[in-house]
Amino acid sequence: MYEGIVQDLIDELGRLPGIGPKSAQRIAFHLLNADAVDVRRLAGVLVEVKAKVHFCAICGNVAEEEQCRICRDPRRDTTAICVVEEPKDVVAIERTREFRGRYHVLGGAISPIEGIGPDELRVKELMQRLANGDITEVILATDPNLEGEATATYLTRMLKPLNVRVTRLASGLPVGGDLEYADEITLGRAFEGRRSVDD
Amino acid sequence: MNLYRDEGIVLRTQKLGEADRIISLLTRSNGRVRAVAKGVRRTKSKFGGRLEPFMHVDVQFARGRTLEVVTQVESSSAFPQAIVGDYARYTAGTAMLETAERLVAEEGEPAVQQFLLLLAALRSLATGAHEPTLVLDSFLLRSLALAGYAPSFGDCAGCGAPGPHRAFSAGAGGMLCAVCRPAGSATPATETVALLGALLAGDWSTAEAIDTRHRKAASGFVAAYLQWHLERGLRSLVHVER
Ligand SMILES: [Zn+2]
Repeated sequence: MYEGIVQDLIDELGRLPGIGPKSAQRIAFHLLNADAVDVRRLAGVLVEVKAKVHFCAICGNVAEEEQCRICRDPRRDTTAICVVEEPKDVVAIERTREFRGRYHVLGGAISPIEGIGPDELRVKELMQRLANGDITEVILATDPNLEGEATATYLTRMLKPLNVRVTRLASGLPVGGDLEYADEITLGRAFEGRRSVDD
Repeated sequence: MNLYRDEGIVLRTQKLGEADRIISLLTRSNGRVRAVAKGVRRTKSKFGGRLEPFMHVDVQFARGRTLEVVTQVESSSAFPQAIVGDYARYTAGTAMLETAERLVAEEGEPAVQQFLLLLAALRSLATGAHEPTLVLDSFLLRSLALAGYAPSFGDCAGCGAPGPHRAFSAGAGGMLCAVCRPAGSATPATETVALLGALLAGDWSTAEAIDTRHRKAASGFVAAYLQWHLERGLRSLVHVER
């Protein structure tokens, strides 16, 4: 244990995701040894990001205005919505330049063991968007892990009666890998999602 | 390196650092084991999808100071696909995994019966042999019984007087005679009690012959009994689709 404010700093850093007590201590001492200017800039950014950035009123992505950059862009296709778990997934899909529609950020995935059910996510908001919009396709782009799949299962069932096309991102073999190293689940999915190549 | 091999079911995973996960497993020979799977979140990880919850795996661990390290893993049965594609199965299955995690201590003691019970229950869920909530309730009662909290749905849980009896109290251990019943006991319908008894015994033909409208009440008594015996409530139970 350190005295007063130093320990407070270590405790605060230790509450961040992925940072254990040892890392917290290392970062704390790095900050103590750093230039005052650098630390002030970091503190400034922290305060500013909290004050300026909030969540888009339409899609739940991070935004500096009431709506995010993508929802404000008139060139985006308003008939397709891509549903993702986190804002970082929007960034990842935007990098592919494959998708010209808009997004819906759920804020996580269904994980009952962590106490997260559909009510803890932005599912209601998604249903509202579908009820009063001209949306014809919903792409489910939740993570290809258990919670992501369960979330897609739940949403598929909710969307079924709404008469929109529901698609799920294909999962399959990582590009650049060898087939023999793929696990059964990945390989099984790749088989399920196989597509015709002769047309 | 001190290596050992075991058969296990993945109960829960937690992110660790940039690309690792802590995997909690119920194993056949070493009880509950917590192990680090290094690099498992990278798309090119050799573990692939084998360390997701509901997976039944053959796994090799290296003994560590606080946590074991997963060194190899082969799938024995891939339950996740069949379970995760059906929301009722998924939510019932998740409650089973959480229960197993809570009822089996992390001590390296074998918990063979708990392991076999969970394996059978997951197989039943995955094949759709029975209604997911019935599989869950049967699993909960039998897992509690293995942990030393067997409820009585026949003879009086207080004095052993032969049943059937009319009163139920989670705190007193099940059904109670007129003398032993505490104030405020519930009085479930005869069919509900019969259903609970059949679920505890794993007697599916009796359980499924009882009118389905008694299932909800039975689930309520199972939940009350479970919550009484666990210090903290089960988080996933409220999310189970009934
Ligand atoms: Zn937006």
